[in-house]
Amino acid sequence: MKKLVVFLTVILMMDLALAQTLEVCKTCPISSIKAALAKAKDFDTIVVKKGTYREHNVVVDKPLTIIGKNYPVIDGENKGEIITIVSDNVTVDGLHIMNVGTSYTEDYAAVRVQRSKNFLIQNLVLERLFFGIYIERSSDGKILNNKIIGDAVEEYNSGNGIQLWYSKNVEIEDNIVQHVRDGIYLEFSDFCTIKNNLSSLNVRYGLHFMFSNDDVYQDNEFSNNGAGVAVMFSKRIKMYNNLFKDNWGSASYGMLLKEINDAEIIGNTFQDNTIGINIEGSNRIIYKRNNFSNNGWAIKVRGACYENSFTENNFLYNSFDMAYNSNVNDNTFDRNYWSNYTGYDLNKNGIGDIPFRPVKLFSYIVNRTPETIILLRSMFIDIIDFSEKVSPVFTPDDLLDNNPLMKKVTW
Amino acid sequence: MVTIKGLYKKFGKQQVLSGLDLSISEGGIFAILGPNGSGKTTLIKSVLGMVIPDKGEISVLGKNIKKNSEYRHKIDYLPQIANFPSNLKVKELIKMIKDLRKPTHEDERLIELFKLTPFLDKKLGTLSGGTKQKVNLVLTFMFDSPIVILDEPTSGLDPISMLRLKDLIQAEKEKGKTILITSHIMSFVEEVSDEIVFILEGKIYFKGTISELKTKTDQPDFEHAIASILTENHA
Amino acid sequence: MLKILKYSFYDLMRSRWSYVYFAFYLLLGIVLLFLNNDLSKAVITLMNVIIILVPLIGTIFGVMYYYNNKEFTELLLAQPLKRSSIFLGQYLGVAISLSMSLILGLGLPFVFYGLFESSAIWDFSLLLITGTFLTLIFTALAFNIALSNENKIKGFGYAILLWLFLGVIYDGIFLMVLIGFEDYPLDKVSLIGTMLNPIDLSRTLILLKLDISALLGYTGAIFKQFFGTNYGLIVSFIALSLWVILPVLRMTITSKKKDF
Repeated sequence: MKKLVVFLTVILMMDLALAQTLEVCKTCPISSIKAALAKAKDFDTIVVKKGTYREHNVVVDKPLTIIGKNYPVIDGENKGEIITIVSDNVTVDGLHIMNVGTSYTEDYAAVRVQRSKNFLIQNLVLERLFFGIYIERSSDGKILNNKIIGDAVEEYNSGNGIQLWYSKNVEIEDNIVQHVRDGIYLEFSDFCTIKNNLSSLNVRYGLHFMFSNDDVYQDNEFSNNGAGVAVMFSKRIKMYNNLFKDNWGSASYGMLLKEINDAEIIGNTFQDNTIGINIEGSNRIIYKRNNFSNNGWAIKVRGACYENSFTENNFLYNSFDMAYNSNVNDNTFDRNYWSNYTGYDLNKNGIGDIPFRPVKLFSYIVNRTPETIILLRSMFIDIIDFSEKVSPVFTPDDLLDNNPLMKKVTW
Repeated sequence: MVTIKGLYKKFGKQQVLSGLDLSISEGGIFAILGPNGSGKTTLIKSVLGMVIPDKGEISVLGKNIKKNSEYRHKIDYLPQIANFPSNLKVKELIKMIKDLRKPTHEDERLIELFKLTPFLDKKLGTLSGGTKQKVNLVLTFMFDSPIVILDEPTSGLDPISMLRLKDLIQAEKEKGKTILITSHIMSFVEEVSDEIVFILEGKIYFKGTISELKTKTDQPDFEHAIASILTENHA
Repeated sequence: MLKILKYSFYDLMRSRWSYVYFAFYLLLGIVLLFLNNDLSKAVITLMNVIIILVPLIGTIFGVMYYYNNKEFTELLLAQPLKRSSIFLGQYLGVAISLSMSLILGLGLPFVFYGLFESSAIWDFSLLLITGTFLTLIFTALAFNIALSNENKIKGFGYAILLWLFLGVIYDGIFLMVLIGFEDYPLDKVSLIGTMLNPIDLSRTLILLKLDISALLGYTGAIFKQFFGTNYGLIVSFIALSLWVILPVLRMTITSKKKDF
């Protein structure tokens, strides 16, 4: 019995020697996070108790776990950056961080990770911020379950919710990002996964890719953003099962694709956007099993798009299914469901017997003279659309879905 | 009763009434005659306010009728062509007209008189021309107004109904009413009317009794008298 | 006037045509909903029907009613009634019975389909309101045409022409003008052009519901104010009301001067 007690005590001592837990609270011996960081050894855990801590420029330079109990408030008092992580293996969890300083020369963030690996940032609540979580030249980290609510109004003096810059293998999951400039922004960041996030009401983009390759984003919701989602100058992006909705305005899209190659866009829903997808200079993209419903334009193609394929998508009650600004076409449409299809299926094989032309003459006219949109759904327009359908002059005559489905695609 | 002074009316290029003066005293039956297009119907319709004269003044019972609809309470009018809403029943039409003007019980007697009881539940669209005319007569006579205007009252009537109509007109006259009639059937006019008003080219050509007319034209009978006016004026 | 209204309404409610009209809408509603099973598609098809067919039926029916009832109208004119109340009463009788056929004919299938629990109720109500407005407007226009033309054939001809013009030709000219002057700012012109045609006006009102996402794609500030706020809805309703009031006014004025 005695032996056992001694043994256990030794184990406990050893354990404490290896990884200690430091408590921070207003009445504790350690009353600030900075003080705790100074005392902590590698792999220690710092537990921050409920309370308000007025601190900024907190630099985490050793592998530590910082856990907030009952969401302690870290108030940066608008003086600058709040937490900066410069070490590998750091976890930040359960803090309520607010009042990040705004600067026109430096991108102050609530939490910044610099040149580090294996970081985990989770369960944070960020408020009144400039930049939220800024990952810089780091890799193999996770950003989970954070809630970032900004108060951005203008583009020029606001920052992004979650930003990745030259980073790799980062997982961004289950976050809520609202009222910032770009909800999630990736620049030069490859092999990242963005999953299950809600990004809405942001001033510019809900999600923004620049020069980032081989990323996956799926099951996210992007709604009511100033300009929707922008994916630019990137390769091999996989976009699965996302919801893009309510992006209204003359320069607003569900999704904007610019110079994108070899992407896969599968299972997404584009709903109530002025433009569902706006495509420019994008090649070899697979569009499959997406729902485009009640958009102004489901898809707007602005030149130089080759070898894209659209199969088994549902085009439902869009004002225009397609707009092309040239009459050359190198993209294929096959087995989509078009609610505007008026053909018949005599042999009952589920495929309409006459091909469907997704581009109407009227969409060409509206492209040229935008004010004519006021004549949408007029009988005269129906008549000229019909004559264009019979003998195409202004629209690409090989832009056809030869196998339009009679029923909605389900999956 | 009815006074008309300097009445002018033009339809397009056609001058229909050109300075017509007429005064009709109270009581008696006045037949308004004239060749086709002489302005008989226009005159009647002007009195009813359906045609609006270009110039001139019409007063009924001492009141100018311009911009007034109340005076029509004092007039019963039988239109020339009776065409009623085809989906209404005879009963409903009578009820409706009573509803529009005033309540009366006269209609029961008139329905009895013209033997209309079996048709009361029929729709107006299914009735023959003669039956419609009878309904028309009921609608006209049921209100007992001091002035009665009948435009071709005999059209489509069978001989028995014709007799009843004559009796009815006489009875109305007995009550002291003023009755204006247009008709193409000279025998009918000769039989019922006290005075003739003959219109020619939009003016009153003759106004007086039939015997005065005969004297004036020096013809033995009424029909010839009328004919002589017409040939004289067209010669 | 109310008595005349009552009787012409009563008369029309029992006419074969009201039933045909009612049955047509009932059938249309049932086919759209129960064979298609897709509310959004049904609403879009209905919009096309309402914008084209309601004006056509309103004009034809109005003209037909006027000519058919001419003699009876003359009988009424000899009664101690005001002319304006006779024509207003008849006009309202026609317009209301047509609107009833429309509302009931389309409404019943939608109610049975479960409209009240559906989110499409606003789109649908807007459709019915617009349809009612169009009935009021085109019946009034039809009465005007009939009052000004003694000749039945001419009257029918003008009625069809009016419908064809407002339904199709107007938009063709409108489009030509917009394309022809595309170098100039046109958003004001296009909105005014819309106001001047009740069919376009109703179409725009429905577009506000169905295609708002496309309409907001245009950058013009006036467009944005018109379509992006309730401004458009209010202005459209005022313009539609004017389209009812002005023809009705003209109708009463012409009827006062007319000889029968």
